[in-house]
Amino acid sequence: MSETMTITIDGREIQARPGQTILEAAEAAGVYIPRLCYMKGLTPHGSCRVCTVLVNGRPQSACTQPATPGAVIENDTERLLALRRNIIEMLFVEGNHFCMFCEKSGNCELQALAYRFGIPAPMYPYLWPKREVDASHPDVMVDHNRCILCARCVRASRDLDGKNVFQFVNRNGHKRVAVNAEARLGDTDLKVTDKAVAACPVGALLKKRVGYAVPVGKRLYDHEPIGSDIAAAHKK
Amino acid sequence: MVATNGYKRIVIEPVTRVEGHGKVTILLDEAGKVHQTRLHIVEFRGFERFILGRPFWEVPVLVQRLCGICPVSHHLAAAKAMDWIVGGEKLTPTAEKMRRLMHYGQTLQSHALHFFHLCSPDLLFGFDADPAIRNVIGVAGKYPDLAVQGVMLRKYGQEIIKATAGKKIHGTGAIPGGINKNLSIQERDFFLKDLEQMMSWARSALKIAKDYTLEHVDELKGFGSFLSNHLSLVRKDGAMDLYHGNLRAITADGRKIFDQVDYQSYLDYIREEVRSWSYMKFPFIKSIGPESGWYRVGPLARVNTCDFIDSPEAEAARKEFMAVTNGKPNNISMAYHWARMIELLHSMEMIAGLLHDRDLQGKDLVVKGKRRGEGVGLVEAPRGTLFHHYKVDENDQVTMANLIVSTTNNNEPMNRAVRGVADEFISGRQIREGLLNRVEVVIRAYDPCLSCATHAMGRMPLVVELYDHAGQLVDRRSRE
Ligand code: SF4
Ligand code: FES
Repeated sequence: MSETMTITIDGREIQARPGQTILEAAEAAGVYIPRLCYMKGLTPHGSCRVCTVLVNGRPQSACTQPATPGAVIENDTERLLALRRNIIEMLFVEGNHFCMFCEKSGNCELQALAYRFGIPAPMYPYLWPKREVDASHPDVMVDHNRCILCARCVRASRDLDGKNVFQFVNRNGHKRVAVNAEARLGDTDLKVTDKAVAACPVGALLKKRVGYAVPVGKRLYDHEPIGSDIAAAHKK
Repeated sequence: MVATNGYKRIVIEPVTRVEGHGKVTILLDEAGKVHQTRLHIVEFRGFERFILGRPFWEVPVLVQRLCGICPVSHHLAAAKAMDWIVGGEKLTPTAEKMRRLMHYGQTLQSHALHFFHLCSPDLLFGFDADPAIRNVIGVAGKYPDLAVQGVMLRKYGQEIIKATAGKKIHGTGAIPGGINKNLSIQERDFFLKDLEQMMSWARSALKIAKDYTLEHVDELKGFGSFLSNHLSLVRKDGAMDLYHGNLRAITADGRKIFDQVDYQSYLDYIREEVRSWSYMKFPFIKSIGPESGWYRVGPLARVNTCDFIDSPEAEAARKEFMAVTNGKPNNISMAYHWARMIELLHSMEMIAGLLHDRDLQGKDLVVKGKRRGEGVGLVEAPRGTLFHHYKVDENDQVTMANLIVSTTNNNEPMNRAVRGVADEFISGRQIREGLLNRVEVVIRAYDPCLSCATHAMGRMPLVVELYDHAGQLVDRRSRE
């Protein structure tokens, strides 16, 4: 048992273990820090910046920043909410996200964050990029229209499945997730049961022929905003 | 708008209270007689752009975006086509009955909206009443009970859609090979509570439509009416069936053109003609040809084609309806309203039957069988037969989509109806208000889902322009 340290989040003192990130320590104490590219069990990537908090006044990504003794952290503030809202809005306009017919609706982390943050419609202009659907695999498909480049599939394939099915190619606006460089999904050794398939927070990487099997009302975020489970688990 | 060949043209656009954008042009000859009428509908283009390349299971939800007027009909027609793709066309009793309940809910809300909000002003105030009064606000002022009943019936139908599809709009209930939920006891009891009230309102709406038609029958026979073929799905035993069946087409005097045709082979029986002046195609019965093979769909056609209705009150109403034309098909355009209200009551009777059926609480929701590369799905949408046809490749992506929406089926009939009105009300070089009203009223009888066929939302003022044979504007009228 290593010693714990005390950190403060939004004025509340919590205990953190050495080596824990701020996000992990907060979560263990029942404090939800919004996140998108972070996924339990994967090496933090620190790319989406939704988890940005102020640590002693400086912005840091909570999913990568280790807890340090006495750190004073701001999480649930108007300013940070505005920042996170901005990120989510930009993600929406950068891709082609049609929640009203997307099968991931109700189970989608991007949509759920938009609801949690109270975003009615993005204020930025839609870019309507031209993107592909790769349905060449018998049981899995990638709809690049909805990919937010979180790298969860990349990391899950590499770290959990011991494969290397997904990588990023290109840079900036042309960056996209690719399979084994330029191959099609159907040419890889991806299995529908791979952890990578379940890692996607949005409707980009999908198990085929599942569609809308879960009715409205029974989906993950139909009743409680995303993150509610963290506070609830702590109360038990 | 430009007069050609010595004819003058009257332009009426768009038709108010038809939910979408339409334009009527009436071309006159030198003598001031109607030479030709055209109902221009800017047909929605781009269905395919949205559907092609999409995974097939997404389509029943995706297609609801195409039509804000009857999304549930598109949802079900696409789901039925996809049943065929996954080899799941023999649905479990729970799945089929849940979908039926959804469909009757949709028919109820659609027919209620149309009757109470859109057409009751025409019937209650007369065609020549000031448009400022001849609208739903006018009805609410003079017949407040009726307006409330319309709202409540519609709401009941929408709640049924929500309970079966998950949401009132863009629901997800029908999935390839079945349904994603059953009806809980609580949901069922919620509907049972108001059932009797809804039944009685449906009866009184039917009575209004019937009394109106019988009272004016001689006038209506000459009002935008014409002989036509009729087409709809019917059940194997010839009963009316709004959700499923085989195709039947009959002539204006009731002779069968074809019967019990499996709609998977609809292309052997139905073709579509393209005309240079219209974005909307003109479907026709292949064996007769485009000239006279066009047909009517929707409530009037369905009451005409079926041998009987399998619910007692609607069947009694059908008999009264058929008696007017001595058992022969009824070809009166304005009789659509009466037929529609027969279906409203039929839908309520079917809803009542389903609510008492324990199969709706069943747990067996989806079936799958042999995968196919092509599927056709039809339903009798509130406005008439709706065709969805898809091809799907081995990657599960849609490679071909063909849709014939109800309003497209009624394209030629609506043109004929306008022609009939114009023949009677056009002469001389002036536009009379009476003509505008009548064109509007007769098109509305067909309940065209113009925004569905045109993807144009919202309404604009009605404009009428009259050109003489030299292309000169001689009269112009517009109103809100
Ligand atoms: S496919 Fe999904 S998991 Fe992979 S990078 Fe895109 S959004 Fe992230
Ligand atoms: S969740 Fe921390 S940067 Fe994405």
